[in-house]
Amino acid sequence: MERRNARQTREIVVPGDVLDGTGMKPGDYAYVQGGKVRASVMGVRNVFQNTVGVIPLRGCYMPTSGDTVIGVIVDIGPSNWLVDIGAPYPAPLHVNEVPWKVEFGDTSRYLGMGNVVLLKVLSVDESKKIQVTMKDSGLRRLEGGRLVKVSHSKVSRIIGKSGSMISMLKNMTDCRITVGQNGMVWVDGDEENADVAVRAIRMIEEKAQCGNLTDLVREFIESKLPQSEIDEGDE
Amino acid sequence: MSNEMMSEIKRDHILRLLEKGTRQDGRGVKDFRNIEVETGLIESADGSARVRLGNTTVIAGIKIIPGTPFGDTPNLGVLTTGMELIPMAHPTFESGPPGEDAIELARVVDRGIRESGMVDVEALCITPGEEVWMCYIDIYAIDHDGNLFDAANLAAVCALKSAIIPCEQYGKGENKHLPVTCTPISVTEAKVGNTLIVDPDYDEEQISTARLTVTTDDDGNFRAMQKGGCGSITLDELSQCLDRAVEIGAEIRKIIG
Amino acid sequence: MSGHTDMVLVDENGMRIDGRTAEQHRPIKIEAGVLHNADGSAYVEIGKNKVLAAVYGPRECHPRHLQNPEKAIVQVKYNMEAYSVSDRKRPGTDRRSIEISKITAEALEKVVLTELYPRASIDVYIEILQANAGTRCAGLTAASVALADAGIPMRDIVPAIAAGKADGKVLLDLNKEEDNYGQADVPIAIVPSTDEIVLLQMDGNMTRAELDHAIELAVNACHEVHDLQVDALKRRYSKDREASE
Repeated sequence: MERRNARQTREIVVPGDVLDGTGMKPGDYAYVQGGKVRASVMGVRNVFQNTVGVIPLRGCYMPTSGDTVIGVIVDIGPSNWLVDIGAPYPAPLHVNEVPWKVEFGDTSRYLGMGNVVLLKVLSVDESKKIQVTMKDSGLRRLEGGRLVKVSHSKVSRIIGKSGSMISMLKNMTDCRITVGQNGMVWVDGDEENADVAVRAIRMIEEKAQCGNLTDLVREFIESKLPQSEIDEGDE
Repeated sequence: MSNEMMSEIKRDHILRLLEKGTRQDGRGVKDFRNIEVETGLIESADGSARVRLGNTTVIAGIKIIPGTPFGDTPNLGVLTTGMELIPMAHPTFESGPPGEDAIELARVVDRGIRESGMVDVEALCITPGEEVWMCYIDIYAIDHDGNLFDAANLAAVCALKSAIIPCEQYGKGENKHLPVTCTPISVTEAKVGNTLIVDPDYDEEQISTARLTVTTDDDGNFRAMQKGGCGSITLDELSQCLDRAVEIGAEIRKIIG
Repeated sequence: MSGHTDMVLVDENGMRIDGRTAEQHRPIKIEAGVLHNADGSAYVEIGKNKVLAAVYGPRECHPRHLQNPEKAIVQVKYNMEAYSVSDRKRPGTDRRSIEISKITAEALEKVVLTELYPRASIDVYIEILQANAGTRCAGLTAASVALADAGIPMRDIVPAIAAGKADGKVLLDLNKEEDNYGQADVPIAIVPSTDEIVLLQMDGNMTRAELDHAIELAVNACHEVHDLQVDALKRRYSKDREASE
């Protein structure tokens, strides 16, 4: 997703805009009509080798199998829970996909309405029916802390190139931070530090287009939290 | 996308903040959100106002039409208030005829305006027993981020204050201002945990147990009240709400002029 | 339509009562991203028409029996507010608004990539704040901008405008008086990249030559409306970027 030379301004395109008329192949969110590649969503024009596509600026999260997501329990059945993961479809979590042995009809003893869970998307079929699981290392119920919702298209910016941004956030604020691919971010730590982390995440979302984002975020956190005690650097 | 189940993490965070006397958007418990009023935006209406209360937006329009008075009040004009919670305003709102929430909102706004005598209905009489001006107040929630009661009241009041009776259109002489005598202002508080907070936003309303709307007039007298929600409020809390309604009502009256 | 008046709608110099020539549309203002809750939104003014559009979705389709296992459905609700017209309109749906909602949804379905979201619903709400002839075109114009603003994949952005006939002359974008006392009205919406027609209605009385001329006027004007739609969407992000720098 990252472009090699991060330019200050990137070209914004809207549906129908011509992305290329010289024979490039259509990439994501692009289609061909009359020999021209056109955009099918509002976003940033993105060239990779011989393909041209669009990185969307907005839009709803569509799950892909293998995604780690954070969701909220919105309904409880006798053998499953329904989880809102911010997709257009509810994600059922079956009792066989949780790390506990749950008797039929006993679901609400384990997870209740409004509980927040860290899950993995198991599968998404052709008609977009979703299955999620809580049976993998690190997957669990999240308690305490703060929950931030950002546009899922900004998740790659929050994580940064090979995790650089998220490592910096964690180190500088001394918070535990978990980023769901669906744009739900969980932040846990000392109240004041967590507050700074949340504001830094919001800042990344707002300024995702800026080239020098890492520096801006570092300066912001430094201005709010003196960095004498906490070591800065790679994990 | 449209699910409205609040996560326990968010709920607990709001409660934790309230214990410290602050709120998600940094307000104190007694603070109203920023109020923006624009009047006269709808030329097809005889009076109109758009009110923004933080992220809540409400539009009210006034239509004044000659009609027949009610038999028991042959010399009085007619005031009617309607409220529509259109699906544009919130993912949980559905289209269709007004439900109980919309009807309650309209009736509470109507009560404040009617009981304060804001509109001089005697002056709306054209020919006693035959023809009077019918004043329709139509209020639309455009964007719902909590406290529709106060946003709707403000929009209706500002629209009425800007309204012109279209006498010329109906051959009844020159156009004139709708006769308005005072400015009824409602102040709504929600009880979240054990704290009463002024001007609740959507999230705060979701976890509140009780709501109290108090409408005062320019003299600081009480003209309408409505308690809502399944929880209760104590007598001390009521007393506090009444004090604040007078104090904050006066501040809002200054803002809207 | 086909009302009678002594009013001169087009004078001997070809000027209309609001000072336009036959081929000019009224002033148009478009703004994207005007609402807080909606996934996408737009505000459009065409002359004295004032219209808001909001998009929610793709989201779970209710009622369930409307779900299509192969694609999303586009549901439109066109609604005139009580104070939007000279006589107060009683709130609630009527046959006219149901018809306009239907043809608007059909026009949008042509461009939205509905196959990406089986079983889901994309809900479009159009609210007419102030009406002055041409609200269905203003509503559709606003709805397409709101859809793009919501990040919904679509082939193109649909513009709409009407042409018609008043005082025996073919005119672009009829105003209230021209609509009331004129002889014909032809609202049109197109897909700008291909000039395909996705909405077309007509009422009144026109010769073949007049109709051809009206369609040509409207299609050309649709491209102008489209430029303004694109500009509104791009402005939203240049504004965001300025604000954040």
